[in-house]
Amino acid sequence: MTASPSEPNNEAGAAAAPGPDTDRHSGAPYDLAVVGAGSAGLAGAVTASELGLAVALLDSSPQSGGQYYRHPAPALGAVRPEALHHDWSAFTGLRRRLAESGVDHLAGHHVWSVAKEADGTWTVHALTGPDGCDGAPVRIRARALLLATGAHERQLPFPGWTLPGVVGAGGAQAMLKSGLVLPGRRVVVAGSGPLLLAVAASLSSAGARVPAVVEAAGYLRYARSPRALLANPHKAVEALVHGAALARHRVPVRLRRAVTEVHGTDRVEAVTVSRLDRDWRPVPGTGRRIACDAVAVGHGLVPQIELATGVGCATRALPDGTLGLALDGLQESSVPGLWAAGETGGVGGAELARTEGELAGRAVAARLLGRPGGAGPVAGLRRRRDRMRAFADVMSAAHAPGPGWSGWLTDDTDVCRCEEVPAGRVREAVAELGARDARTVKLLTRAGMGWCQGRMCGTAVACLAAGGATPEPSPERRPLAVPVPLSTLAALDGATDRSVDSST
Amino acid sequence: MPTRETSDVIVIGAGVVGAACAHYAALAGLSVTVVDRGYVAGGTTGAGEGNLLVSDKEPGPELQLALLSTAMWTELADRLPPAVEYEAKGGLVVASGGTGLDALREFAARQEKAGVVAHEVSGDRLHDLEPHLAPGLTGGFHYPQDAQVMPAHAAARLLHAAGDRVRLAPGEEVIGLLTGAGGAVRGVRTATRELHAPYVVNAAGTWGGAVAELAGVQLPVLPRRGFVLVTEPLPRVVRHKVYAADYVADVASGSAALQTSAVVEGTPAGPVLIGASRERVGFDRTLSTEVLRRLAAGATALFPVLGAVRAIRTYPGFRPYLPDHLPAIGPDPRVPGLLHACGHEGAGIGLAPVTGQIVAACMTGGEPPLDLHPFRPERFDATAS
Amino acid sequence: MARTPQGLVGAEPDPPFEITFDGRSVPALPGQTLAAALWGAGILAWRTTRDGGRPRGAFCGIGQCYDCLATVNGEPNRRACLVPARPGDAITTQEGHGHDRLAV
Repeated sequence: MTASPSEPNNEAGAAAAPGPDTDRHSGAPYDLAVVGAGSAGLAGAVTASELGLAVALLDSSPQSGGQYYRHPAPALGAVRPEALHHDWSAFTGLRRRLAESGVDHLAGHHVWSVAKEADGTWTVHALTGPDGCDGAPVRIRARALLLATGAHERQLPFPGWTLPGVVGAGGAQAMLKSGLVLPGRRVVVAGSGPLLLAVAASLSSAGARVPAVVEAAGYLRYARSPRALLANPHKAVEALVHGAALARHRVPVRLRRAVTEVHGTDRVEAVTVSRLDRDWRPVPGTGRRIACDAVAVGHGLVPQIELATGVGCATRALPDGTLGLALDGLQESSVPGLWAAGETGGVGGAELARTEGELAGRAVAARLLGRPGGAGPVAGLRRRRDRMRAFADVMSAAHAPGPGWSGWLTDDTDVCRCEEVPAGRVREAVAELGARDARTVKLLTRAGMGWCQGRMCGTAVACLAAGGATPEPSPERRPLAVPVPLSTLAALDGATDRSVDSST
Repeated sequence: MPTRETSDVIVIGAGVVGAACAHYAALAGLSVTVVDRGYVAGGTTGAGEGNLLVSDKEPGPELQLALLSTAMWTELADRLPPAVEYEAKGGLVVASGGTGLDALREFAARQEKAGVVAHEVSGDRLHDLEPHLAPGLTGGFHYPQDAQVMPAHAAARLLHAAGDRVRLAPGEEVIGLLTGAGGAVRGVRTATRELHAPYVVNAAGTWGGAVAELAGVQLPVLPRRGFVLVTEPLPRVVRHKVYAADYVADVASGSAALQTSAVVEGTPAGPVLIGASRERVGFDRTLSTEVLRRLAAGATALFPVLGAVRAIRTYPGFRPYLPDHLPAIGPDPRVPGLLHACGHEGAGIGLAPVTGQIVAACMTGGEPPLDLHPFRPERFDATAS
Repeated sequence: MARTPQGLVGAEPDPPFEITFDGRSVPALPGQTLAAALWGAGILAWRTTRDGGRPRGAFCGIGQCYDCLATVNGEPNRRACLVPARPGDAITTQEGHGHDRLAV
């Protein structure tokens, strides 16, 4: 849609692109800019660098690792960071290769937009500092782009979910992994998806009581796809590890249930857990109160793809109702020169992300160096990726929200946390004012117009807009991936251009 | 699925202009079906700032429309729910040099003869109106008739307030026009069904040219892209719609090249909206950082305090642009039963009520409130005079 | 001995320092974000919402939800879950948009 007729296609683009700049004079573009230093981005960056490309790796965090391998800052002196991680050595291996490589790791860089220039190169715009407020905007040019921007947690609202003490399951995990803190002493873990087991295991290992893991789905759906399960024993091992930890700490897992209300005035005091029918509709009269001082909630992950959709990359609907990028066999998107890896193509975990990152790194190198990148390793990587993708699809289908979930949503529950838009107003826009999709609901209610730009309420708004039918996922439009000071935009001409030579 | 497939009027387009056409047709006693391939306010209306302006218009037919419509909006503000956020905030046009102010003076003098209220504000009094304005501006003009509404609600509430006579058919794209004896319109075809009516109103905005084509006639509506930058929520920091003097020249220009001028205004919800850019690049939604740079530079030059404020979103809209900058309103003599109400460029929210009133009058034998000759839809035909 | 996050990873942090929350002293460890230091002191809310005046604090923990916006050393709307704590930082409960002084 956004490509002009004169845009070179893959072949022509490859033929026209000169080889990597041998004498990298100041101002030369990088060969590859990688956005995101989690498993996928790290693997992509080190692979491409080891194959001879000049690589910039941008990430908003001060340390590499992404969300999965988030870990304490050095000053916290953690002797055993691996105690909070599965497969920690996979990360330290990548981290060592990064340190030994020539990759320019640009930590604390918040990418707010990417653009394809007329000459086919990419410009990456970033803010700097821990939260992007340091006021020194940076612009990076590169001949290829690899987006490994990961995912954010999917949330479904319920009465009381805005009370302090209700936190994202992934959020509780992140705060624990990096800050070594807990949101409370008795933490109910609720929602849906395999992350809940990992979070409950971490929280209880770190000293929290977890009175229950409340999972809305059953796990029976996994059993319907035994082949994908058998082909992915590492996933079973991971689940067993969490399961053992939960057993050790006597954490009960309650299936087909949901937290349908949080009690408390200024902070959490208890929750009501109700049984769900097959469609996730709460069964009246089954509510049971559990005392707790925190709740960690999440319903799986949503690929973070706005940088890619902003330049017109095609998407594909995933089995759990989210959208991922449509990628070819070598991880390239529908926009030539833009590759993606990891959760951006569909949530599948750290090992899949690593595999896809390496595959993308090889594919970019092959394109830019004008030679095929080792058929042997690529074929093997593709097989591993396909096997793990198949499992990821099974898992995501098992945890797709059931259509009846909004049965627990009272009209006065805020759906949009930022703009404080209650469910009743969303329902009114649908029933009275002719809104049938998330975008129209947003226009008429402001749901999704606040600071987070619909990241927290997008799923719920789309479901409510569809009025009980399965919502058709559509790409969220977020041309600004992070908020940008107007003074920064006004001074874009003077942004610091980082090029291959400018790093120290 | 609606059961009634026949009505007096079919309006194509559920933007603010289509909503106003449906509203006034229903008030005149007609039954209306509003069909849209999307939902309410899904096109240019949803991307607009909701300006109801007289200040930016040269004396002439468009200003006449705007003055009539502005008066109608004050009446609608009493009748529609508060959600439309009608604010009679007034406009403030500022000049940064002596010649700019002279040009504003001359412009305002001509507008006043046409019925516009405009007061000159000296440079040292600008801050009484807008405390955060940059120092050193030469002066400006205050236009108390300028106002603002929340555009999506304007459309939705105009439809809703019309009651049972208006039936909404969202999510249905019109793929053909049904005609009968003598080529007269008798309805539309969508992907799933036929809807029948003796009148069809083309209120498809920027896509109005494509609807005209379905009827076999030409109407050269082109998209003129504009970006709006939206800030984080703020208290009221800007009271009026404030814009720089060069905005008027940009609005009147027909150039395809990028033009930007600073337009800044607050909203009841908190964010400040920043415009305005104009360029003809088709329906390309891709972000232009050059446009954002110019919008931000213009806005922070007028209001330096906004420099530290963050933009949290931006979006493009596509103004429906006709070569002479006037909308097409009224019956199409080439196709009996077809009426047009599109091509309002950046003024659709403001001009919607009067457009709806004219269209309703044309269908019920009423008297339009002004001479429709300048807006006749067939004026772009090579043979038309 | 009770299990703790620090015990789990065998943390031997540098000495703690002080920050303040609405004037009250709160200990922070070097390497912690503002949000982590506040959680460590049992504080879960440090702003109130624009319309309802309801208390809010960290939710997503990774800089995506903007619920943890805080006024830090007088500067509003900083994401507390991302900004590292520094000795002497003063966090004040942020009311609404945090920009009251800009109002005209």
